Amino acid sequence: MISGLMLLFNVKNMRFAIVVCRPDRRICSAVSVLILLLTVSLLSACSGINEAGIIVAGSTSVQPYAEILAEEYMILHPEAVIDIQGGGSSAGIMAAQTGTSDLGMSSRILKDDEKSLWYVEIARDGLAVIVNPDNPIQNLTLAQISEIYSAGISDWSQVGGTKAKIHTITREDGSGTRDAFVNLVMGDANITPRSIVQDSNGAVRQLVADDPNAIGFISLGLVDDTVKALQLDGVAATRENVIDGSYNLSRPFLFIAQSEPTGQTKLFLDFVLSPEGQQILMNEGLISPLEGAGT
Amino acid sequence: MKINKEKISGIVFLLIALSALSVLALITIFIFIKGVPIINKVGFFNFVFGMVWDPSHGAYGIFPMIIGSVSVTLGAAILGVPVAICCSIFLSEFAPAALSNIVRPAIQLLAAIPSVVYGFWGLLFVVPAIRIYLGGPGLSILAGSIILAIMILPTIISIAEVSLLSLPRQYKEGAYALGLTQWQTIRSVLLPAAKSGIVAAIILGIGRAIGETMAVIMVLGNAVAIPQSVLDPARTLTTNIGIEMGYASGEHQQALFATGIVLLVIVMILNAFAQYVTRRK
Repeated sequence: MISGLMLLFNVKNMRFAIVVCRPDRRICSAVSVLILLLTVSLLSACSGINEAGIIVAGSTSVQPYAEILAEEYMILHPEAVIDIQGGGSSAGIMAAQTGTSDLGMSSRILKDDEKSLWYVEIARDGLAVIVNPDNPIQNLTLAQISEIYSAGISDWSQVGGTKAKIHTITREDGSGTRDAFVNLVMGDANITPRSIVQDSNGAVRQLVADDPNAIGFISLGLVDDTVKALQLDGVAATRENVIDGSYNLSRPFLFIAQSEPTGQTKLFLDFVLSPEGQQILMNEGLISPLEGAGT
Repeated sequence: MKINKEKISGIVFLLIALSALSVLALITIFIFIKGVPIINKVGFFNFVFGMVWDPSHGAYGIFPMIIGSVSVTLGAAILGVPVAICCSIFLSEFAPAALSNIVRPAIQLLAAIPSVVYGFWGLLFVVPAIRIYLGGPGLSILAGSIILAIMILPTIISIAEVSLLSLPRQYKEGAYALGLTQWQTIRSVLLPAAKSGIVAAIILGIGRAIGETMAVIMVLGNAVAIPQSVLDPARTLTTNIGIEMGYASGEHQQALFATGIVLLVIVMILNAFAQYVTRRK
């Protein structure tokens, strides 16, 4: 824009009067010192983060819920400072491991070499595979969904629908929802690069609601009547079926720590796992481990 | 005393000017520091011409996005440039003052609409229209091109109009004196004379289109594959950064900065070319 304006000016004048100012050396060094000072003071201002608070970092799927919990907790305990950061499940587990954060958040189960860490499941989240309400398909098998997303099946008629090209919609690389979908559904297959990529649950839902030939996946708590959640191997995508384990597209939300938390961190954890904390999560559409056996 | 004041004011203005420049330098240096390691690791050729972008499996190839950027921008230029040039000719040669005083600010207003509004409008009107009348998912290169074509109109129109208006009056008077009609004058005298300004206007418009992110994220579909038709979704260099930065960390984040380097270089080349065209009289 700036260069555009400059050019506008240039063209208008049609003569290019360039005023070159030649500052002497003294001014130059004074200027550079000043800029340096400004930069340094900015940097030091940024690093002055309160070190007394609890740092929670990790999965961006858990992050919004953790933020709500932290807000509620800080209302009850005004002296507490909780800093919630994103970064992704793996980064969160790593941060807990190295101790850079007091708690790590993960929206995937721990791998074998991570099992030595202390962790607790704060909630479960179901994953719904959604299509447009006008789509006659009611039920797909896991294998069919995997085939659709790896472009082995490209037409709705191949799975019993009307003849139309399937528009697969996925989340961007790095998203926890995509991660969970790949782990639970895709197995070793890759999501086709021809899939449309949207950067939020809401955008995926909106697109599926608009496009009769689209298929997408979102958090179960966010399914509304603008889209239709498919049955999986004949099991409906409902909270009840996630709780009793018959609908198996679900993922745990974990809090992870280096060792069993103490002090401030333990107080916050106790709040998260208390009936009040769990009620907050349930109100947000998640499934509490208190509700049933789960997996 | 007077000299001192002069000197001080000079220094103050120099400082302010330098602060703007130093921000540019800081951004450039930062992008390069963050992005160059991954280019070195993957290899420049593999990065720029790699066909697979799959950060979770360590594949960083941005060629599909370069193709995406080029095709969307080309589409926007094909749709937008003829309209913009005609509009600037109309404003500078045909329109009565009363009319051009309405049309000109209206076009400038196009530039003031935030890009997210363009994107939202595209998502609600352009995308469904393409899906219903032309087929495909709607989110497509065509949708992106239409939105970008509208967004680059004000840039091209205003610069092209200024370069037409700034031609010496003698050109037109001479042409009329030789018995040329108005259209002949425009076609064979004014347009060739203003060529460099108009070309610069088009290049700057293209630069604007390549750099646009928000509106394009919303209507382009962001698929990381080389599109086969204008109705296919695609991803541009800017949207690659915009859509993935939220979750990126480590190498993935570096790769996004490296995407920024490629984008920066492309835009710099375009701007330098525009400057060159205007200066070469």
